[in-house]
Amino acid sequence: MSRYVSHADLGGQRGHGRVVPEPEGDLFHAPWEPRALALTLAMGATGSWNIDMSRAARETLPDYARLTYYEVWFEALVKLLVERELALPDELLLGRALHRARPVTRTLWAADVSTALAKGSPTLREAGTPPRFAPGQAVRMYAGEVPHHTRLPRYVRGKRGTVVRVLGPHVFADAHALGRGEDPRWLYTVAFRGTELWPRRADAGEAALLEVSVDAWEPYLEAA
Amino acid sequence: MSEHDHDHDHSELSPMELRVRALETVLADKGYIDPAALDVLIDTYQTRIGPRNGARVVARAWVDPGFRDWLRRDASAAIASLGYSGRQGEHMVVVENTPARHNMVVCTLCSCYPWPVLGLPPTWYKSAPYRSRAVREPRSVLAEFGVTLPDATEVRVWDSTAEVRYLVLPMRPAGTDGLDEEALAALVTRDSMIGTGLPLAPPARAR
Repeated sequence: MSRYVSHADLGGQRGHGRVVPEPEGDLFHAPWEPRALALTLAMGATGSWNIDMSRAARETLPDYARLTYYEVWFEALVKLLVERELALPDELLLGRALHRARPVTRTLWAADVSTALAKGSPTLREAGTPPRFAPGQAVRMYAGEVPHHTRLPRYVRGKRGTVVRVLGPHVFADAHALGRGEDPRWLYTVAFRGTELWPRRADAGEAALLEVSVDAWEPYLEAA
Repeated sequence: MSEHDHDHDHSELSPMELRVRALETVLADKGYIDPAALDVLIDTYQTRIGPRNGARVVARAWVDPGFRDWLRRDASAAIASLGYSGRQGEHMVVVENTPARHNMVVCTLCSCYPWPVLGLPPTWYKSAPYRSRAVREPRSVLAEFGVTLPDATEVRVWDSTAEVRYLVLPMRPAGTDGLDEEALAALVTRDSMIGTGLPLAPPARAR
């Protein structure tokens, strides 16, 4: 199996330039964008993949860095559909169905949209075991490579932090993306001093009065 | 309509527009999607679910200490009591700004954002500059939004790396004692609930 490369783990990277603010009403910047958004949501609702699989599909797009965000969504949607043979490249090229449809778990009908959105997809599950860590406890984040989708950003790997909140057992993104089921694990908010994350002198001005947290599942943590 | 006319109609559409249309046709033909559901989804996020929802949450917290306490204890339930819940806001946490601490929310890994209260994320929130820099040099990011914090204020950044979504509760602006909840909500900007902005100052006559 080739090495898993995520192009989406951007925290702390240099060289991406300025942030460009925009007014509240500017939701879309091309006529196809709302359609691509809605297609992504509607296909997500068919149950053909889960949200962690779609994140994995997006972050591994080879040209992630040069695509706009809705282009990322669209290309990942195409990838997910083709991988599962729900749609095939010749169909996408011609714009019509050429092959028999494959079964999907459900179809999101217009009348059901508002109920489906209001329900969402909660990820909190029943506890199987007690949590290993408690608020105030020092922890160190896993430092190694992860050969699959993960929600452990590189900029906190190997760093020492403090548990500030126990969020309950949640569907474990890493397992979920791999198709290994929900595998709920305890989720914690872990906070880091700016100086722990960014020890270089060039960062000292900002790091001195900075605290950053991530939400991390128990397998990412060890006692420190 | 002849094939020729059909091609002509599409000649001014961008390649992306054509690809998205083609995909929609295939998925609808195969019965995976209901095109009318796409219209409802788009309309929902253009007209019904957006940052005015979050502004009402903030304004309520400013006028009602009981509601503010509820937000601290169980933000998902408190926010749902105003009718905002569901997709990408299933597990909410509200973080309060104080003179000593300014909160900012980011998703360095993708674009996680509290949809029921803020709607769809702005382009910059999903962009590489914001996602890379918010956790390392938030003051310099804030400067690009025209925000300068007092030197002694700590910046607290929440990276949304799981399915918990964060809403910043900004400080109530001075000079707003006479304003009702609706007038207060009008001062609450989207960016002030992400932490890249501050609420607007009240209109002069309210002071």
